[in-house]
Amino acid sequence: MATADWNPLGEFYYRKAEVYSMEWSGLVDIAKHTVAVSTYGGPIALLKDESKTSRVATVAKPVISVYSAAGKLQNQMRWNSGNIITMGWSGTEELLFIQEDGVVLVYDMFLTFKRTFGMGQEAKDIKILEAKIFPSYQGTGIAVMTTSFRIFLTSNIDSPRIVRLAEIPGLNEAPACWTVVLLDRQPRALVAKGEELFLVDQGGQYQNQRPDLSENSGAIIAMAVSFNSKFLALFTQQGLIWIGTSDIQKKYCEFNTKSFQPPQQLVWCGNGAVVGLWDKLIVVVGPDKDWIRYNMDSPVYLVQEEDGLRIIGNDSHEFLHKIPAVTEQIFKIGSMEPGAVLYEASKEFQKQNQKADEYIRMIKDKLDVAVNQCIQAAGHEPEPTIQRMLLRAASFGKCFLTDYRPEAFVNMCMMLRVLNQVRHHSVGIPLTFTQLEHLSMPVLIDRLVLRKMFGLAVKICQYLKIPDSEGRSRILAHWACFKVQQKSEDEEKLARTISQKLVDVPGVSFSEIASQALELGRKQLAIKLLDYEPRASEQVPLLLKMGQDQAALTKAIDSGDTDLVYTVLLRLRDKSSQDFFMMIRGMPIACSLFIQYCRQQNIKLVEDLYYQEDNSWEEGNCKIIRSYSLDDVEERAKLLEDAMNCFLRCKNDFLAKQTEEQIKLIRYQRKLETDTGRSYADQSLQKTLYQLTVEGNHNMAEKFKKEFKVPDRRFWIMKVYALAESGDWIELDKLSRTKKAPVGIETFIDACMKNKNSLEAKKYLSRVPPELKVKCLVRVGLFREAAEAAIESKSEEDFDYILSRLGSAERQVADQVRALRPQLAIRK
Amino acid sequence: MAGSGASHLNTSKLNLGVLRDYYRRLFLECIDKCSGTKALVWDDGLTGPFGLIAEASLLKDQHEVEKMFRLHSSGLPASNVHNIIFIVRPRLCLMETVAQCLLNEEIKGGAVRKEFHLLFVPRKSLLCEKKLKEKGVYGSLVNVDEFNLGLIPFDSDLLSMEMDDAYRECYLENDFTCLFYAAQSLMILQALYGTIPYIYGKGDGAKQVVEMLRKMKMETGGVEPQITPQIDNLLLIDRNVDLLTPLLTQLTYEGLIDEIFNIKNTNVKLPPQKFLTAEEKKNVKEEALEEPKKFILNSADELYAELRDKNFNAVGGIVSRKAKTITAEFDERHAAKTVGEMKQFVSKLPHLQAARASLATHTSIAELIKEVTDSDEFLDALRCQQELTHGLETDKINPYIEDCIAKMEPLSKVLRLICIQSFCNDGLKPKVLDYYKREIIQAFGFEHLVTLCNLEKGGFLRPHSTKSYQTIRKTLRLIVEDVNEQNPNDIAYVYSGYAPLSVRLAQFLARPGWRSITEVLNMLPGPKVEEVQQIPMGLRKRRASVTSSQSSMGEQKLTLVFFLGGVTQAEVAALRFLAQQDDANTGVPHDYIVGTTHILTGSSLMGELTVDLKRYRADGVPLY
Repeated sequence: MATADWNPLGEFYYRKAEVYSMEWSGLVDIAKHTVAVSTYGGPIALLKDESKTSRVATVAKPVISVYSAAGKLQNQMRWNSGNIITMGWSGTEELLFIQEDGVVLVYDMFLTFKRTFGMGQEAKDIKILEAKIFPSYQGTGIAVMTTSFRIFLTSNIDSPRIVRLAEIPGLNEAPACWTVVLLDRQPRALVAKGEELFLVDQGGQYQNQRPDLSENSGAIIAMAVSFNSKFLALFTQQGLIWIGTSDIQKKYCEFNTKSFQPPQQLVWCGNGAVVGLWDKLIVVVGPDKDWIRYNMDSPVYLVQEEDGLRIIGNDSHEFLHKIPAVTEQIFKIGSMEPGAVLYEASKEFQKQNQKADEYIRMIKDKLDVAVNQCIQAAGHEPEPTIQRMLLRAASFGKCFLTDYRPEAFVNMCMMLRVLNQVRHHSVGIPLTFTQLEHLSMPVLIDRLVLRKMFGLAVKICQYLKIPDSEGRSRILAHWACFKVQQKSEDEEKLARTISQKLVDVPGVSFSEIASQALELGRKQLAIKLLDYEPRASEQVPLLLKMGQDQAALTKAIDSGDTDLVYTVLLRLRDKSSQDFFMMIRGMPIACSLFIQYCRQQNIKLVEDLYYQEDNSWEEGNCKIIRSYSLDDVEERAKLLEDAMNCFLRCKNDFLAKQTEEQIKLIRYQRKLETDTGRSYADQSLQKTLYQLTVEGNHNMAEKFKKEFKVPDRRFWIMKVYALAESGDWIELDKLSRTKKAPVGIETFIDACMKNKNSLEAKKYLSRVPPELKVKCLVRVGLFREAAEAAIESKSEEDFDYILSRLGSAERQVADQVRALRPQLAIRK
Repeated sequence: MAGSGASHLNTSKLNLGVLRDYYRRLFLECIDKCSGTKALVWDDGLTGPFGLIAEASLLKDQHEVEKMFRLHSSGLPASNVHNIIFIVRPRLCLMETVAQCLLNEEIKGGAVRKEFHLLFVPRKSLLCEKKLKEKGVYGSLVNVDEFNLGLIPFDSDLLSMEMDDAYRECYLENDFTCLFYAAQSLMILQALYGTIPYIYGKGDGAKQVVEMLRKMKMETGGVEPQITPQIDNLLLIDRNVDLLTPLLTQLTYEGLIDEIFNIKNTNVKLPPQKFLTAEEKKNVKEEALEEPKKFILNSADELYAELRDKNFNAVGGIVSRKAKTITAEFDERHAAKTVGEMKQFVSKLPHLQAARASLATHTSIAELIKEVTDSDEFLDALRCQQELTHGLETDKINPYIEDCIAKMEPLSKVLRLICIQSFCNDGLKPKVLDYYKREIIQAFGFEHLVTLCNLEKGGFLRPHSTKSYQTIRKTLRLIVEDVNEQNPNDIAYVYSGYAPLSVRLAQFLARPGWRSITEVLNMLPGPKVEEVQQIPMGLRKRRASVTSSQSSMGEQKLTLVFFLGGVTQAEVAALRFLAQQDDANTGVPHDYIVGTTHILTGSSLMGELTVDLKRYRADGVPLY
């Protein structure tokens, strides 16, 4: 009978069922330990303080053990720090110890120390009395009460910022009880002082609130806030339990326990009922004063969960929870809900009974509702056999629906498969469906990773088709980090194992794993691992950190990211300039980039670099460039001589010769400047010659021509244009009559025209050879004559050439020329 | 501002508007990080590219940008904005200027407390940050950020990184930063348009980029863009594979504008005289006549879209035909009798007027070009180039080149011709080479000894080596006789008879495949790369079924041709020509878009390698 263990509480039912029989059974007595249990099926921490229990006074430090929810020992250690006030778990399953001096020590669930922080100077100075760990919107928070009854809190232990809460007026002894509530997304402390409650916040405000309690109910001595922080339960000296909202504005009921003894634990079961524990007696009180009592066989510890209450005992781990509405609808005796009927129908169908058909007919219209109910109920069902029956019913019902979307069914099957896996006692996460929905799948996977159940986590990710970047890759990276910590394993082998598993997994950060290894002092392993990192930008800085300069440089170069190369180069240069050159010498790209860098700083640096490299050619080039920045001719000549020597060293006679001539040239130019008072600086040889000719210094020009072996033709062309520019028409004419002139007469015409002297130009026309006649006539602007000449020589090509040049001619002439065109055809 | 409109970006097969929007969003996020009024201080080299991403009006109206300044060492003009954002390229010389500005501001103080920000484009640089620290101003910067502006969409089929010195940095100085940026931009492109399934490449740079891409893909950790690939092939061409093409004079309309007037970030500045009406000329003051007139050249201008890739000899015809149609359309108003007809005419009017204005502009530009192309200097040089590319007398000292040197024609022209000769002769005889070198040094100055060294290092000039040019020329049909300039049937029209080698490589890749030209590929410098990137089943292009009405569209292949080290407008034109030549010719329709580190001309390429004493003296800027 499914409802056999249901207990009514008001209009609801509650069920207490065993989750695990504890592995620690017979070994652990809960009553002798301080207990802290992480929510959402988290691990159990036990603290055994011999000094308190032992009859003989001992100085032995307490022993701390962590067990899985199924009672399997994870690790154990002897405490060797200060006096522990409170032990508890963070939302990310870290074990927190708050010491007397306000120091918080953070451990992982395998009792590996992670970090520590303090709760402020005042807490340190005057010690703390009590501490509370609470879930906040930012993560996990801690509140401490000092011996001066002041409360300090931080709402996120990952980035602790300690704030002091307002003072409670007239509080001069430790309050009987206090707790932290979240109101308006902010943690506040609720402190009981006699029959009054004070709500204090971070803004320095306090509110004095008096809950609506019956007369003479006495001081408040215990309180409990529900999981969602919306409801509050109070216990008074007279044994009254008050249930209301956490802002104390509303009271649901008052329940008299008739016990003057405060309960060992006052907690909430989900958000629907308050539970008090007296030794082995559990009393569950509903908001309407209904109650259930359970007698336990052994001492127990109660853990508030989102949708119920975990009861941890010496032999078993039980879960007390409200029966979800949908489960009730299906299994309640005599229920005629569609889901219940479908469930029956399915059972009959399996028995091959025709009643199945009858039942289905009954709920024909509401079949979709029925299917949904069965699916939902399966989710809430802890027992796999019943889950299966419910799902089978849903599946059966689905057959009669034509357009039912199967996602809900499929998803539920997948979720249940995952849930059943993690609930298995070997894993020991007794998560309910509701809790999983709240916790979310990624967090569950994180929790598996925290438990080092990498294989299962990967399998779940693959089963749920979670993208590799969020699933498999991430888990494997954690796995690798964990592997790296295992110092017993051989580094070579370890690197190979890790890379084999990870190398084809995209998105794994080898640099993270490597830096983990480096932190643990395993440099060789880090280097090996880093070799697999595809992102040079991650790899290179770490290599530098490890002193793997050569490797860093090579990797940076390979990446093509020049900025990265510079990062390495500059770092190396600052480290040791001696080895630096040796190192980059064999790396052309590094060399080029460094030269590039130097070039922008100072060309002299580049020169030195080339000198170091024995690259005389480039060194010479640098010297040439640098020579132009010097003003003094002799200094410049000196530098050019150096350059010349460089060229001689690399046996480049041509360059050496040119440099030599340049030295000669600048010295001549300098001399000219002193002689004539004119500037020839930075002029090329040709320009110098030109200038000399324009100035009429023909002798000097001739001398230069000989000295520098200027080819005749070039010298002549220079001379023709220079003479034309200087307007020395007589000299020009004389020149044109030189025998065996290396330039044609057309050059003279062009030179005249360049200087806009068509009169002079025309003088040379008679001496133009026939094949150039047309061109020259056009050049001097005699288009009509040119046209006639073209007709004479019957050259159509020449005529077209004239036509194309007519643009600059006068219109009248142009028309005349065009009119001549037909003659060309006739003459032909 | 036509450049700000993005409509011309999404006309091609690949909607580059997506890329532009991506950059725009990124940039606005960057500047929105600081709240309050802002002034942007621009590095001159960036104003152009940014004009293409986010227009000034948008910044002013919606992002509290009140002022825009030019970065100048004289400091910042007074303003009372809360934030000053320097937007600069990661160059050390610019850091000096930024430091100077910051120091000036500190001295000035001011009523309003200003916050200074620095935005690096495209990436932060360690060296620059170090420089700022050395100058003691790094601490004054509230925020140092980077804006990864990689490939800027210039047109519906053209992306440029606008890294003007890319060739020199990469191939002369072995600084592969621009290749790294190129690889990064390609990753962004793949994130937006899907993984490109096939990658081909030729040349050292191409190989490096492919390797970087492979690494970057690994770094992303297997997070592949979940998009069906929109680009089918990527062809990476290292400029070193084909240095000859850019040296030749481009003969397309756009190419000539670039050669003569230098297009910068799709803007060109022209002498104003031609663009003023007679009336304006009278009224405008003298100075205004000096001020060059700025034009934006992109396919948003319909006429320009039609003209840009035509051989210049075909431009005249099109312009006059266009003039006739526009006049005819204007004349329709006489024919319009009813109110309805009038209304219809009026509605067409704005479009017609724009067309007429554009026609006037391009007529004037064409006239400006014609003045140059008709000159003897231009024609003789062209003739010389053609002789050289045909392989005539390439082993001797060329008298025309000699004369150019003697007449001191522009150095870049001389260098281009000598380099062409070197390529077409598979290097020059030592005697010839030394002669040229000596002539250049004597004529243009001794400092060009270093320029010549640069050319040798870059492979432009080299001693005689094994013969390959003739084989390459014949196999790839580089020289095409009787090319039709008006209605071209081959890409060779862009150089009036020479087909750009780089584009031939793309053409052969598409059909019949590179295997057919293995011999030539081996002769060209650098390795050949082929790489297949696996595309998950679900993202593969579905084979268009026979029944599908769009079957032909579905199979059209899109290739991104990426030039590492620059591309000329003529090469772009040739690729556009290929894209239009689809089914009729080959049966395999093929579309192309072009990506490049920067757009170059022969002169700008030579300029990158030339020692400039003036610049050296003026700013202490390192030479070359």
